[in-house]
Parts: sequence; C-alpha cells; structure tokens
Amino acid sequence: MSTDHTHHHLPPQALRAEALESLLLEKGLLDAGAVDSVIIRYTERVGPMNGAKIVARAWCDPAFKQWLLADGSAAIGEFNLEGGQVEKLVVVENTAAIHNVVVCTLCSCYPWAVLGLPPTWYKDPAYRSRIVREPRTVLAEMGLALAPEVHIKVWDSSAELRYMVLPQQPAETLGLPEAELAARISRDAMIGVAL
Amino acid sequence: MTAGVEAVSVTARDITGDELQGPAAPPMVNGELLFEHPWQSRTFGMARVLCEADVFSWDEFRAGLIGTIRAWEDDHSDQAYAYWDLFLATLTRLLAQQQVCPEPELQARQTLLANRPHGHDH
Repeated sequence: MSTDHTHHHLPPQALRAEALESLLLEKGLLDAGAVDSVIIRYTERVGPMNGAKIVARAWCDPAFKQWLLADGSAAIGEFNLEGGQVEKLVVVENTAAIHNVVVCTLCSCYPWAVLGLPPTWYKDPAYRSRIVREPRTVLAEMGLALAPEVHIKVWDSSAELRYMVLPQQPAETLGLPEAELAARISRDAMIGVAL
Repeated sequence: MTAGVEAVSVTARDITGDELQGPAAPPMVNGELLFEHPWQSRTFGMARVLCEADVFSWDEFRAGLIGTIRAWEDDHSDQAYAYWDLFLATLTRLLAQQQVCPEPELQARQTLLANRPHGHDH
C-alpha cells in the first residue's frame, strides 16, 4: 500500500488509528477482517438508496405512506434493513406549505439504516447550529431557496428519535414505476436540504 | 433533486469526482464520499465492531462523542473542525477509561509504528 516514502508523511491520526487496531487485534478484541466487513457494509450495503426505496413506495402506495407517517419504524420493517440507528424512525412529510429539515444539534445522530452514514456537512458545527437559528438562509446557501410562505420545521435528532423527510413527489414523475422513482430521490432530499 | 445534490456539494468539504455525480451516481455515494482517508473508515469500523462485541454500547460511545465535540467547541471553535479526529479521540479515551487500551500503551505503539524502517510499514 504505502511506498518506502509515504509512511513518514502519515498524519498522526493515521498512525494512532493503526496503532489502536494492531493492539486490539493482539488483545483479541478485533478479528482480522471484522473492520473490513463493517466498512464494506456501511459503504456498499447501507446507504440512502434504502431510504429512496421507502420514499418511492410511499409515493406509489397511499396506504403504505399513511403507515409510514404514523409509525415509521414498523412500516420499514418489511424492507429488512441492516445498519441500525433507527429504533424509532419518524418520517415527516413535506407539503406545499411545510418543508422539513433534519439536524442533530449535539453530535451526528442520523438514521443509518435508511440513509447510510451522514455526510460531512451534517456533522459540521456550522450546519448543526445555524440550521436551527436561520434555516431559510442555510437552505438557500445549500441551493434550496424556499418561497417565503413555506413554513420550515427543523427536527433535532437524538439517540431515541431519528428523522427522515418524505419529499413531495414532483408532478412530472407521477405514474413512473417505483424503481425509477427511487433512482431519482436524493439523500439530501430525505435530510431536507434539497427537494 | 439532482440540482440540490450538486448545490450541496459546493458547500461540502468532501472530495467528489465527476464520475460519481449525476443520475448514474452509485446510490450509496449519492454525491459525496463519506471518508476522506482510510484511517477514518478504519476508526469507524473499529468502533462499530467493538460495539457489536459489547465492549461498549453505542449510546456510551455517542455520549462520549457529544462530550468530545462540546469540549472542542468550547476550546477551539475558531479552528477547523475535524469530525473524525474527535471520533478517534472519543474511541481512544473510552478504551483507556475501560483499561482495554491504556494511553501509554497506545502511545508506545504509535511511536513504534512511526519509527518503522523504510519499507516495513505494511
């Protein structure tokens, strides 16, 4: 992996993480390969396409949508998602009058099983504090300019409660098959920083 | 929706390649890479494995992370924020507190690795 020249340029964090992993392996607390498996799970199998499938289903199936909004955790049960962090999932619906956006003001709580791991900006102090104080401005800076009459609701995640936004279905996509709809739904729309 | 992702990418610090954007983007990536350096994903992986092995609960880890972030915000809020540095600091502190991996032992190993002879690092 590294050449003869590179390891002297490794940042201290890289050396520290490597030192920790080697010690934990020696102590028998980690199995060789276990860390790789977790990384593969979270980068390849747990991701926002899970949430996108759920949103697409809700757009196509009014009964499912009703269930999803009433009891998110139960409604996503049939999707057999791995990844955790959704013991209690609350799905909030965007309408013409209300736009929802999700944050974790304390750290980085996020519904991994439906959205994968949080993006960098979600964990940034600027987003975590400003989206609460001035959501309209922050959303506009992120490329989402909402009409002044649209009411913005900010949802603060916690260890107990994780939120996902159900975006409004664009009129031009009405009637498209579920799989095609899912491919058009972005992670950011399900956090509420895009449409 | 795609336009929103692109707009957000402007404000994101993560590296995004053109080949990862647009309708053909891998949905897992969805416009943004999650880890900038391998040590970050390995640190995340270690924390998850230890949690699954009940060395600590995720709630304990999360509480520790909140404390680390809060302390950073109190002390250095004028400096660049490095989430994974704080994540690693939380993990090493938790393991030191539990006597699983005391700080001096970790320091010693880190020094050993830093002084590896050329070509013997992997």
